[in-house]
Amino acid sequence: MTVAVTPGPWVRKHLFSTPFNSVVTTVLATGLVYLVSALVQFLAGADFEILRVNLALFMVGSFPRNQLWRVVVAVLCLAVSAGMASGLLLAAARQRANTAGLGFERPSGMTALVNVVRRFWPLLVFIIVCLALTTTIAPTLVTMAALALLSASRLLSQRLHRRQFGWIAVVVWPLAAYYILSSSGLGWDDWGGLMLTIFLTVAGILFAFPLGMALAIGRRSSLPVLRWFSVSYIELIRGVPLITLLLMGVFALGFFLPLELRPSHVTRVLVAITAFEAAYIAEVIRGGLRSVGIGQTEAASSLGLSNWKTMRLIVLPQALRATIPAMVGQFISLFKDTTLVAVVGLGDILAASAFANAQPDFNARGLARITLPFVALAFWAGSYTMSREAGRLERSLGIGER
Amino acid sequence: MPDRVRTPWWRNVQVLRWLAQLVAMAVVGVALWLLWFNVTNNLASRGIRTDFGFLDQPFGVRIAGSDLSPGSAVRLALLNGIRNTFALAIVGLPLLTLLGVAVGVGRLSGNWLLSKICTAYVELLRNLPPLLLVIFAFQAVILRLPPARSPATPFGWFVISNLELHVPSLRAGENYRAFSISLLGAVVLAFALWWWRTRAQQSTGRPHHRWLWSIGIFLTAGAAAYLALGRPITISRPVLVGRVVEGGYRGLGSYFAVMGALVLYTASHVAEIVRGSILAVPKGQSEAATALALSAFQRFSFVVLPQAMRIALPPIINQYLNYVKNTSLAIAIGFAEVTLIAFQAIGNGQPAPQVILILMGCYLIFSLAISLAVNLYSRRMRLAVQ
Repeated sequence: MTVAVTPGPWVRKHLFSTPFNSVVTTVLATGLVYLVSALVQFLAGADFEILRVNLALFMVGSFPRNQLWRVVVAVLCLAVSAGMASGLLLAAARQRANTAGLGFERPSGMTALVNVVRRFWPLLVFIIVCLALTTTIAPTLVTMAALALLSASRLLSQRLHRRQFGWIAVVVWPLAAYYILSSSGLGWDDWGGLMLTIFLTVAGILFAFPLGMALAIGRRSSLPVLRWFSVSYIELIRGVPLITLLLMGVFALGFFLPLELRPSHVTRVLVAITAFEAAYIAEVIRGGLRSVGIGQTEAASSLGLSNWKTMRLIVLPQALRATIPAMVGQFISLFKDTTLVAVVGLGDILAASAFANAQPDFNARGLARITLPFVALAFWAGSYTMSREAGRLERSLGIGER
Repeated sequence: MPDRVRTPWWRNVQVLRWLAQLVAMAVVGVALWLLWFNVTNNLASRGIRTDFGFLDQPFGVRIAGSDLSPGSAVRLALLNGIRNTFALAIVGLPLLTLLGVAVGVGRLSGNWLLSKICTAYVELLRNLPPLLLVIFAFQAVILRLPPARSPATPFGWFVISNLELHVPSLRAGENYRAFSISLLGAVVLAFALWWWRTRAQQSTGRPHHRWLWSIGIFLTAGAAAYLALGRPITISRPVLVGRVVEGGYRGLGSYFAVMGALVLYTASHVAEIVRGSILAVPKGQSEAATALALSAFQRFSFVVLPQAMRIALPPIINQYLNYVKNTSLAIAIGFAEVTLIAFQAIGNGQPAPQVILILMGCYLIFSLAISLAVNLYSRRMRLAVQ
């Protein structure tokens, strides 16, 4: 027997159940209509020329314009890397399902496409907005090529499913992208815009990870000296805002180094971000370590494993798996925090909006008001997609359910 | 043949532990010494002083919204900055708590539209960088207000321009000292009534109505004192007299921009914490309350909320800390809180290491005090659970 869902009872139950609810609904609906109409008016009346002219500034900052092919090749490399990684993950999931004797149904082409759109729509919106703002066909072609490479490498690595492909996916291809972007006299000091934002986020997490792991293990150590040192470092860093560390990196790092060593601006900022992020990653990993039951350690020592082997073979694999969602959360928060580098004079995507706003002709014509919403869309699309994916991952890993 | 084989020292855990600690201490010590050596060397070679005598030198910049002249000491400028940071915290923290709890509870509401709007608010705000929000609030809201020479006066209660915002405030009248003493007396009386009603309920089992009694006596006594003392406190409304605004509370536009943006941002995180904590209270609690014939309001406020608060308090305090640390973002729009003052001091040639040390010290003292309190609280709560 099916229950027909008619709009009448549904509306009454969910919107007008009590007099108070009716008032709330009416007030909110009026406000919503006003807000949406204001937004539509703003977008309809907006002139996107300032974005169209400065799109490259937003994406790559002051990267030499005759070297843009390097960015294209790097994007293609990263697409292959992402495709291989996701293909390998899919193959591993299928293998696990087969071993467990469960069926693994692969969604058909159309459903798979709908799933991808449903999962990544904020990111897709941002990409489509960017492509709509371009004046030539080239960026669209590059995006097409990147998507094609992504799906091809995903399919290929899923079919072949070799163990060593994992390393190629997560190490070799990103390194190739880095090499192409930084060879022939270019370095990360020439990067800017969204590219710099992403680089600072990824590099900050990568450099901070080993440091954070050492601090987390040190904080749980039974040796008082190690524990005190770790605790004081972590609490010291977590007690101050990132901006003070960035100021320290930019104005005072030179005092702590020998006179011959003159790190560049981006390097100074990266040192500050790494020092900051290590404390937070240490806390994330500590949470993971705490989630591994004491029975695991006891079982390991009853098997005669040394402390070091217990940590490496028993505790860390379980702990790190449990930290994945929190680590993504940390990644998102650093992604948002990298905007602070604009305050200390780096040309990230937020600084790019300030540069664009300062161009006299746009400023005089009142076009500057569209730049911040554009930057906001970039950050929102990235963070929202990542936080949804983290939630998905958390559910599929079954963290907190065992 | 010896009955006990002695462990060689390189496999003796006791010795190894000491050795590991000594090595760790040596590594940290050498690293710190190296840094210290470099710092003293560099400062000496550039002729930069290492003491804190610069605190008495003139700051050199006029600070917007303060009476300090450019010639005042760096010490006074820094104190002014700390005061401004406090001003952001003391108004912002209650506001963001109210907003966060309202949105968090709203997300769980049965009203579909309300819960969807609250969800949209949370998902929009917490996925944006706070710095972008601060800059947006300043450029897109404050700077687009009417210019200072022709301010707007909405409802007759505010005077707003793109430089300053004037809001109504309370002003002390003649007898306000006597009035505040009598208010204190009313509070004591209310507490006494609260205690009496609680005792009465414990001995007789009749409903205590302690909220009703306490608030009732407080309001009655307060109103009586207010009337008897002849309006000891009045509401001061900002009025435009020519080009000067009289009365009310004056705040810089940048102050409201930083506070508004950070309150909206932090409230979205608080809302998530509140929602998660309410959902984390086991369903059986609420069902048991229903079985005891408690009303929906009683169920929520006496059974679910107290338990949810216990889960929510430590992470909410963490968000308070984040809010206070984020007030440093005011540097991007030129509101003179302590980070901007430090930044300007460095720009005017004061020694960077010492200034940054003082700056970090300010935040650190505050953060460590709060996290100590939270640790004590959670330790007590853990004991209470066991």
